[in-house]
Amino acid sequence: MGKLMAMSDVAAKENQVSDAQSEAIRVTDLHKSFGALEVLKGVSLTAHKGDVVAIIGGSGSGKSTFLRCINFLETPSSGQIVVNGEEIQMRADGTPVHRKQIERIRTRLGMVFQAFNLWTHRTLLENVIEVPVYVLNVPRAAAIERAKVLLDRVGLGDKADTFPSFLSGGQQQRAAIARALAVDPSVMLFDEPTSALDPELVGEVLTVIRDLAAEGRTMLLVTHEMKFAREVATHVVYLFEGRIEEQGPPAELFGNPKSARLKQFLQTVG
Amino acid sequence: MELILETLGLAKSAELLSLSPPGWGGNLLRGLVNSLQIAFGAFGFGLIIGLFGASGKLYGGVVLRDLLAIYTTVIRAVPELVLILILYYVGTDLINQVSQALGYGRVEISGVVAGIWVLGIVQGAYATEVLRGAIQAVPTGQIEAARAYGMPPMLLMRRVTIPAMMSYATPGLANLWLIATKDTALLAIVGFSELTLETRQAASSTRAYFTFFLAAGALYLIVTLFSGVIFARIEKWARRGQPSLKGTGR
Repeated sequence: MGKLMAMSDVAAKENQVSDAQSEAIRVTDLHKSFGALEVLKGVSLTAHKGDVVAIIGGSGSGKSTFLRCINFLETPSSGQIVVNGEEIQMRADGTPVHRKQIERIRTRLGMVFQAFNLWTHRTLLENVIEVPVYVLNVPRAAAIERAKVLLDRVGLGDKADTFPSFLSGGQQQRAAIARALAVDPSVMLFDEPTSALDPELVGEVLTVIRDLAAEGRTMLLVTHEMKFAREVATHVVYLFEGRIEEQGPPAELFGNPKSARLKQFLQTVG
Repeated sequence: MELILETLGLAKSAELLSLSPPGWGGNLLRGLVNSLQIAFGAFGFGLIIGLFGASGKLYGGVVLRDLLAIYTTVIRAVPELVLILILYYVGTDLINQVSQALGYGRVEISGVVAGIWVLGIVQGAYATEVLRGAIQAVPTGQIEAARAYGMPPMLLMRRVTIPAMMSYATPGLANLWLIATKDTALLAIVGFSELTLETRQAASSTRAYFTFFLAAGALYLIVTLFSGVIFARIEKWARRGQPSLKGTGR
């Protein structure tokens, strides 16, 4: 145990040295209001390369809004967002200064939605090659080749020519993960990826995400699956009413929660 | 063949409708071609107006939205016959004034161009509403996914919004096309020789009203039936990827 601690100390020092390079996402003092309702009240979070950050919290805690602010699907009210060392230029009201900058950064952030959001008029293969071919200008043949590998990887190699509506929720979500991987994202954003699934389909999606975590993908994961968060996350953040109530390594946060609210939350979600 | 027509008492009608003079069939077909040309042009022009109109209404600023609201309200409120008279005479008058101001003298305006322009503006108002409804019917998640992957607005429109809305827009657009084919008949009032005017001329010259108007009706019906087949195909294509409501397949 002592040896492990020492090793992680060394790792921590190395981290500090190469901090700027190893930082995948740094969010500082993020605020977001919908009209008079302030959903995020100053959230700061840093994810390093290879981190799997699980964001947990009750409904209305602002966890999805936080994730959606990172790629500007929601416009933050104020704060600072740095992706791969590049700060997003924001006006005083939070709107981006350069649309092109947002679009470029978005292509580096593979997002997976609760409701899958596959393009229903395109087959799985077409869904996966869409962004590489039309946004990133990858040659079509190369994109198709890679898409087939990715679909194989999520276990849908035989469904490449099927339209999404003909598949189960779990299959659609796995295809959506393949679509996210197709842009070779530097960070993956998962917005409650299993919340819309029937219980028996949750496992197949979690297996795919687990594999990605194991290969060192950087991920932000908003989830209700506490067991899963404890298992795959390197860092867990508990949001309560728009603020970080508690954060830390999963073993600590789940095993020995300090805040009374987190204790209560963990009891209710089991 | 001739014997059959003879016994049915249709020999006279067949003669009147024959394609070469003294038959009037050729005139009717020329009218039909003119009608279709205008309907096609007006429908296409209307689609373009509709696409911009719908985008403007959904994503435009306050001023643009108000202007488009005035356009669609006025055009849809005034009877088409009145609109055609207004737009035709105002349009030709304006062009002539401009041309005279520039020192070119009066210009002859082609009936086809005028017809396309006038009916296109009328069609555009209806197409704006059809396409606005269709765009709004596209699940927001699909548009959000495109934004989340960095698609710029025009690409998003072309690759996601338009293909995804096609299945919702096709029935409404099919209606508009059929209305366009028949609205061409209204252009008879400004003396444009489309199918209806040609029919009236043939009928009044020969006194065979029943024969010619029945023949014109049959031509309009053929156009409609043929259009139905085409639009059924378009709709089938637009609905690809959507499970059918009937049938057992998932």
